[in-house]
Amino acid sequence: MTTLVYVPRETSAVSVGADEVAVAIARHAKEAGESIELVRNGSWGASWLEPLVEVVVDDQRIAYGNIAPEDVGSLFAAGFLSGGKHARRLGPIDEIPYLIGQDRWTFWRCGLIDPLSLDDFRTHKGFAALEKAFADGHEAVLEAVAASGLRGRGGAGFPTGIKWRTVADARGTQKYIACNADEGDSGTFSDRMLIEGDPFGLIESMALAGFAVGANKGYIYLRSEYPLAHAILSRALETARHNGWLGEDIQGSGFNFDIDLHLGAGSYVCGEETAMLESLEGKKGIVRYKPPLPAFEGLFGKPTVVNNVVTLASVPNIVRLGAERYAALGVGRSKGTLAFQLAGNIKRGGLVEKPFGITLRELIEDWGGGTASGRPVKAVQVGGPLGAYLPASQLDTPMDYEAFIEIGAMIGHGGIVVFDDTADMAQQARFAMEFCALESCGKCTPCRIGSTRGVEVIDKMIANEDREANYDLLIELCDTMEDASLCAMGGMTPYPVRSVLKHFAGDFRDPAGGSK
Amino acid sequence: MTHTTIDKASVSAIVSKRGARPELLVQILQDIVMQHGWVSEDVIRQLATELNLSRADVHGVVNYYHDFRTSPPGRHIVKICQAEACQSMGSRELTAHARARLGTDLHGTAGDTTLEPAYCLGNCACAPAVMIDGKTLGRVDNERFDALVSAMRGAG
Repeated sequence: MTTLVYVPRETSAVSVGADEVAVAIARHAKEAGESIELVRNGSWGASWLEPLVEVVVDDQRIAYGNIAPEDVGSLFAAGFLSGGKHARRLGPIDEIPYLIGQDRWTFWRCGLIDPLSLDDFRTHKGFAALEKAFADGHEAVLEAVAASGLRGRGGAGFPTGIKWRTVADARGTQKYIACNADEGDSGTFSDRMLIEGDPFGLIESMALAGFAVGANKGYIYLRSEYPLAHAILSRALETARHNGWLGEDIQGSGFNFDIDLHLGAGSYVCGEETAMLESLEGKKGIVRYKPPLPAFEGLFGKPTVVNNVVTLASVPNIVRLGAERYAALGVGRSKGTLAFQLAGNIKRGGLVEKPFGITLRELIEDWGGGTASGRPVKAVQVGGPLGAYLPASQLDTPMDYEAFIEIGAMIGHGGIVVFDDTADMAQQARFAMEFCALESCGKCTPCRIGSTRGVEVIDKMIANEDREANYDLLIELCDTMEDASLCAMGGMTPYPVRSVLKHFAGDFRDPAGGSK
Repeated sequence: MTHTTIDKASVSAIVSKRGARPELLVQILQDIVMQHGWVSEDVIRQLATELNLSRADVHGVVNYYHDFRTSPPGRHIVKICQAEACQSMGSRELTAHARARLGTDLHGTAGDTTLEPAYCLGNCACAPAVMIDGKTLGRVDNERFDALVSAMRGAG
């Protein structure tokens, strides 16, 4: 009898030894004369338990967490292939509290399936939404997306239904779907996890978008820092094409759609939609003026849907299960779920998909278990390098686009980076300006020059030079950048800076890790 | 993967595989850097001719993107994430350690190894993260860093 063993092939798992664990398991099985089938699945998102290995016993997947290659011998000695007792045994995967408490709408196949098996994907409702769309027509898809209340998960939160409708109604026969997989915000990895764990899911989502708006060509702009995601997605695209799920007349529907995969080249600002379009056209990633919006004049001047990976990947279940079910989740105008990413100094880091409305405290304490260092939480940066640093007193803020705007913060792409009380927040404010200076595309002056001046002013404040005057100057600089920058790079870099001035001003007076 | 000179034929091969279209310039440069490690002045000249672009256009794109090095790197490339999630787990200290261990500043090369910053490797739940010769590694403290560097050099 062949035993099924799962070892993730996902960047975080591999980064802490999953490949070596897989090799060790194969070797030990061979030596013991046991027949196993090794499946390299995606990650369930419990990154803190990686490498997380599963073995199928009586149709149940038994999990073992934090397995190092040198643990494999003892696993076999403990009868791991029949679910034997071991210090690292976690029990059935579907009883792990971190996972069962989640509402997996978009990431439900991640971890569950073999990402590169089209059969496995089909068994788990793969392409069912696209088939439904072919049957119901493109108008039904547009209506479902609008009714779901889905908003862009890349950070801007623009209603997806309105964007798709605009492109569908735009003049012209050539239209494009451009998928933004340039996930550059620190603290975020949900796009990567989805691509590595459910690449066919993204392909189906893009085909759905193309069918809905009348586009026959899609582009994925994937950052070059994700080589494993690139390898997995390239394979999946080939397989989909080979099996008639991409290309001419998909499954006899009469609908043509294909996808080109493009790599970024290390520019953060290329995550901004118009800079990304420039880069897709082979140019410098310099931000465009808006209007015209990409929905009217996007890639190569044609109407283009630009959506983030997670936005697109939320659509198949909206089509398949109904917009009402999605809209019933969440709070206020923040409908549905978001894949929160717990990162940085946190004990149980990973991906937690929950409806909007959950508080930061619940995510950080209940799911995350507090800091990795065991020290008190000092600050939490939500939404990447352009997001505010929130003090512990704001942890009860619900995750809701509008609630975050009210406190001068943003949810962004759902990344949550925790800092303990050793963090020097003056240095973090400085880094915000430094990063902007490094990554600014240079088109607008407030961002290009303002960021460099910002670093200088903060350095003077840290050095206790004319602190009052420099404080006023920094505020004025933040005002200028916020009001006059062309895109969010310069326009939101002041968010983290202001939040440090507001909540952690003491760190300018008493730096080097003082939590005063 | 690193060469001090880049032969014309290999660049032409990449261009014809991708297609000699200006909109593919970023992709072509990415292929060249993956194969050779960097982009030379000669390559810029050649691409301008083959893609029917001005040298200034190609030069501008090469200089814009961090990935497109304009000098040959060492045989090994070590990147250390400098972004916030890794900062919260001590990447500044790890970077200082790496600089001392490898004997070079960021963007520099010492012996066979080039040290570079990265701004997020997407491994933020297993911080701090580094990338060695294209492989992302997580939960890297000083001791693990030293072991990884030894293994890298041992592997040749």
